[in-house]
Amino acid sequence: MYRNIAVPVDLEHVDRLEKALATAADLGKHYNAEVCYIGVTTTEPSPLGHTPDEYAQSLAEFGRQQAAKHGIETTTLARTARDLSIDLDKILLKAISESGADAVVMASHVPGLADHFFASNAGTVASDAKISVFVIR
Amino acid sequence: MTTTDDLPQPEGAADVIQTEYQIGQDNIKGSVGPFGLDIHNPVFLVSGLSIVAFLVLTLALQNETEAWFSALRNALTGNLAWFFIGSANIFVLLCFYLIVSPLGKVRLGGENATPDYSYTGWFAMLFAAGMGIGLMFYGVSEPISHYASSFADGAGGPDSWAPLGGAAGDAEASIRLGMAATIFHWGLHPWAIYAIVALALALFSYNKGLPLTMRSIFYPIFGDAVWGWTGHIIDILAVFATLFGLATSLGFGAEQANAGLNYLFGLPATDVSKVLLIIGITAVALLSVVAGLDAGVKRLSEINMGLAALLLIFVIVVGPTVAILTGFFENLLAYAEYLIPLSNPVGRADENFSQGWTAFYWAWWISWSPFVGMFIARVSRGRTVREFIICVLLIPSLVCVLWMTVFGGTAIQQIVQTGFQGVVDANLELKLFAMLDQLPLANITSFVGIVLVIVFFVTSSDSGSLVIDTITAGGKTNAPTPQRVFWCIFEGLVAITLLLGGGLGALQAMAVSTGLPFTIVLLGACYAILKGLQSERAIMTK
Repeated sequence: MYRNIAVPVDLEHVDRLEKALATAADLGKHYNAEVCYIGVTTTEPSPLGHTPDEYAQSLAEFGRQQAAKHGIETTTLARTARDLSIDLDKILLKAISESGADAVVMASHVPGLADHFFASNAGTVASDAKISVFVIR
Repeated sequence: MTTTDDLPQPEGAADVIQTEYQIGQDNIKGSVGPFGLDIHNPVFLVSGLSIVAFLVLTLALQNETEAWFSALRNALTGNLAWFFIGSANIFVLLCFYLIVSPLGKVRLGGENATPDYSYTGWFAMLFAAGMGIGLMFYGVSEPISHYASSFADGAGGPDSWAPLGGAAGDAEASIRLGMAATIFHWGLHPWAIYAIVALALALFSYNKGLPLTMRSIFYPIFGDAVWGWTGHIIDILAVFATLFGLATSLGFGAEQANAGLNYLFGLPATDVSKVLLIIGITAVALLSVVAGLDAGVKRLSEINMGLAALLLIFVIVVGPTVAILTGFFENLLAYAEYLIPLSNPVGRADENFSQGWTAFYWAWWISWSPFVGMFIARVSRGRTVREFIICVLLIPSLVCVLWMTVFGGTAIQQIVQTGFQGVVDANLELKLFAMLDQLPLANITSFVGIVLVIVFFVTSSDSGSLVIDTITAGGKTNAPTPQRVFWCIFEGLVAITLLLGGGLGALQAMAVSTGLPFTIVLLGACYAILKGLQSERAIMTK
């Protein structure tokens, strides 16, 4: 049913992604689909890399680890943002579309008061993406 | 198997500094109620709490603090005028050296980096953040002031404020001197100050991989000690200078906008109107920071520049067009002629001018430089050093020559040729409107003028909030959005508190006084830039 599953990842908070990563891996194995981890970083140095290049390498390494851990085929897609806190959703949607994915698996938090002021990333992706989106809480 | 598709392309050869320090390692992460939190410990807390403490102190001891901080500022600009003037000369010379030297070929962000913004967007943002409101405030008043003091009978005497002794009774020479002195304060020197800070930050962040925060400039000097208290103090001072600079300007700007609205529409000049103006300006700035760098800050800066260009063209067309156009070149020549004597740091006979005007201006620009420099750095990735300096130093300086010629030159023409005294008699915040009043469609242009005053404040306020947010998040530009909202509101609240409680003058004097430590920071930055660019160049030529 699915050939390519996109998984947006925040490498700074991998601990919060375990459930989504496991779900994506299970779906990947079940449908024999490739899992593509999508990460977005700032153009400025960040905890995940002094340069966007370093970040892309970290993401690639993360992809390799997931491939080894779950026995699936993985790719990674790194993007940069000029104002990550604000532009993340827009860049994720574009990257998901460019990755050729036919499904998205994405971690999200339990909705709270803050979501009335600032839309959640998974919420926006689920509303705007044209493919199936699995939101994992 | 795994592949990495579409690596970002800002890279190519760059000499990344390898340090044990991890960006964000000192940060406190978590949440306050429903909102996420990612703040640097101790920079966020110490700067936030000390700002509140200073505010309480200023309100409690109003007369004393006003006297202390004004005395401190005057002592600094008086006794250390030579230091400010000499240092600013070094910054200009270094910029010119970088334009012609092979180091100018280094690209910010690595050899293959491509610019993040087009020339128009980039230029609009750096101009709107960098000078903005000052051009509205002083575009008319400063040229008139220098012209009048130069022309006055006592010019050159001990009580005179005339630049270089003035030219008593000689209108022609006084105009040249007045325009040259004004352009001197708005031309190469202030932009060189911004360029040095911005270049150092961009270089150490985009090429060397250090966090985008003031302390990173000092890495070549202090090494890993910049991650400790040495760096904390530099960053806290930067937050201080930026927040108090912005909040006091916001307070004074509300007064100018209110005076303008009172002049045009009879809006009462009360505290309530001023507070409402600050709330309005802060609300628009808030929308801008939440919309982000591209959709908010950049777009607003472009609107701002468009409006300013319209007003400029209007005055050129309906004002004394020929006099303005020839005046532009005459003023440029006058600037070139007087540049060296005006820049002389020692043995000045015109102490009132060199200390009261020039040294004050240099301290003021330098106290703004962490904010403007950091913002310029944030939007300048992908430019070569040569292109960067030409666009941050030369083009804005030329635009300032044009602006001062158009607004100041027209006002002086009105005084000299028609004997119109309205501009001279008007209060400082109304001089622009008094000048526009003598031109056709005064109601429309004055209204555009007020809108510009307000929008210039918004564009300073939104970019300032982004800068403070980044510094207090340890150089992280992706801190949770509520943090930038917090700083934007905090800035408005500080302005309102000072406006109602008094103390705008005191804290502005304190903000200007931070010019001294930052002059030392900038001199360090000059050394760091040369060292940093040399290592980049070595990588490029390999």
